[in-house]
Amino acid sequence: MKPGSVAVVGAAETELGALPHMSEGDLHIDAALRALDDAGLTLGDVDGVTSAVHSPVDIAHQLGIRPNWFDGTSVGGCSFLVHVAHAAEAIAAGHAQTVLVLHGESRRSAVGRAPRGHTADSIFGQFEAPFGVYGPPTLFTLPFLRYMHETGTTAEHLAAVPARQSEWAHGNPRASRNSRFTVQDVLDSRMIAYPFHKLECCVVTDGGGALVVTSAERARDLRQQPVYLLGSGQAADSPLVSQMPDLTRAEAFERSSRAAFREAGIDRDDIDHLMLYDAFAHVPIYGLEALGFVGRGEAGAFIAEGNTSPGGSLPTNTNGGGLCYTHTGMYGMFAIQESVRQLRKQAYAQVSDVEVSVVQGVGHFFTEAATLVLSTRAA
Amino acid sequence: MPVKDTPIPTPVTQPYWDALDRHELMIQRCAHCSAANFYPRLACPSCGSRRIDWVRASGRASLHSYVINHVPAPGFEDEAPYVIAIVQLEEGPRMMTNLRKVAAEPEALPLDLPLEVTFEARNGRTLPMFQPVGSAA
Repeated sequence: MKPGSVAVVGAAETELGALPHMSEGDLHIDAALRALDDAGLTLGDVDGVTSAVHSPVDIAHQLGIRPNWFDGTSVGGCSFLVHVAHAAEAIAAGHAQTVLVLHGESRRSAVGRAPRGHTADSIFGQFEAPFGVYGPPTLFTLPFLRYMHETGTTAEHLAAVPARQSEWAHGNPRASRNSRFTVQDVLDSRMIAYPFHKLECCVVTDGGGALVVTSAERARDLRQQPVYLLGSGQAADSPLVSQMPDLTRAEAFERSSRAAFREAGIDRDDIDHLMLYDAFAHVPIYGLEALGFVGRGEAGAFIAEGNTSPGGSLPTNTNGGGLCYTHTGMYGMFAIQESVRQLRKQAYAQVSDVEVSVVQGVGHFFTEAATLVLSTRAA
Repeated sequence: MPVKDTPIPTPVTQPYWDALDRHELMIQRCAHCSAANFYPRLACPSCGSRRIDWVRASGRASLHSYVINHVPAPGFEDEAPYVIAIVQLEEGPRMMTNLRKVAAEPEALPLDLPLEVTFEARNGRTLPMFQPVGSAA
């Protein structure tokens, strides 16, 4: 794909929080209609649909669209980053004109939820599930003691991640945790899976989001300032946390971000704003290191010192992230939404002069990774 | 009454589970490139060879990383907090396990702690657990 040839022209989130009146399907539909309104388009303009876990064909039918192109790639929380990249390729190739990238998840209320899980004869079912693992709080977190051991990163560094991010979410009525809290508040919160306290684990919410993606040429005639896709990357590593080649590196982040920066033709210095998927507090630490913003073991102090906070040199997770804003299980859609808001100057905690924003996503703990480079300029 | 997850073997993993029933920890070694591999696979993930030997692991390992879980999985209600660990076998591969005969406290669990395998029955299957070296006596 030629950088800047495709743009996000509509973006919207549903209500967030506890939404027992909305099924997962309905969250997709609600988000889609809101994003089309935002773009000034209608269902009749859409010929492509994507969704994760739920079949995009099911979702398209509920919407009333008979798509000519669809993508149901399900790679956990970064699925929506991958969908944007795939949609861009399809649009550039002429297979689709206008694609709805959709997400809806009833993680908290569990209404109309698509089946998830594993069987006892799967690799996970045989070699990890028997040991009392209980979802992401026990699996995503498992590498971090090794990282602390090898880098000297401390419990206070880990606690600084949500504490610093709470500065961005402070006062935002849409954020689940929207009051500023301190490192000590984090360390005083209930232990979930040592060394992780409750405030080092993401919030658990219902919600959805949608993006409208089309060609840059078509974007010029639409109502919103286009947010151009300059580059993307994806990579995958071990689907089992116990089989990660190195527990102290998000190696897939390294590969996906390098590919995206190369395609976009940017350096790290060009990045004004960053969204680093943060289901748990250690993920931004791994992410800053993997993307090369800091050296080995320096990320904890970098965050604790305020470099990623309001007024810092690298504004990061400016919606408060999954730790404070919202997290439905697959958070990537909401990270993209915040990048779009920052680029359009519509964010709650607006950063000045954002021209290039990077979204780094993960899926299934450290298994999959995807990166998007988004910008208000086409090249 | 919630029950703990119990693995179901597939044809390729059956020898591993059968060996555990005999209180032997077996891993695969590639007959072509000599790589020691875990979990059991149809072909060597290092070179693609289908010529795979089963070898008995020494059972010695070290504590590579862990969490102490306070929110128990179904069937583990009476055990929380409990340790979920990744251990590194002497032969190289790593595996997930639980720890036995050691307190679920950070002070008792320095990384790289030497461990040895122990075997535990569950619902007709045998699972490999690990304990500090010397704690069996």
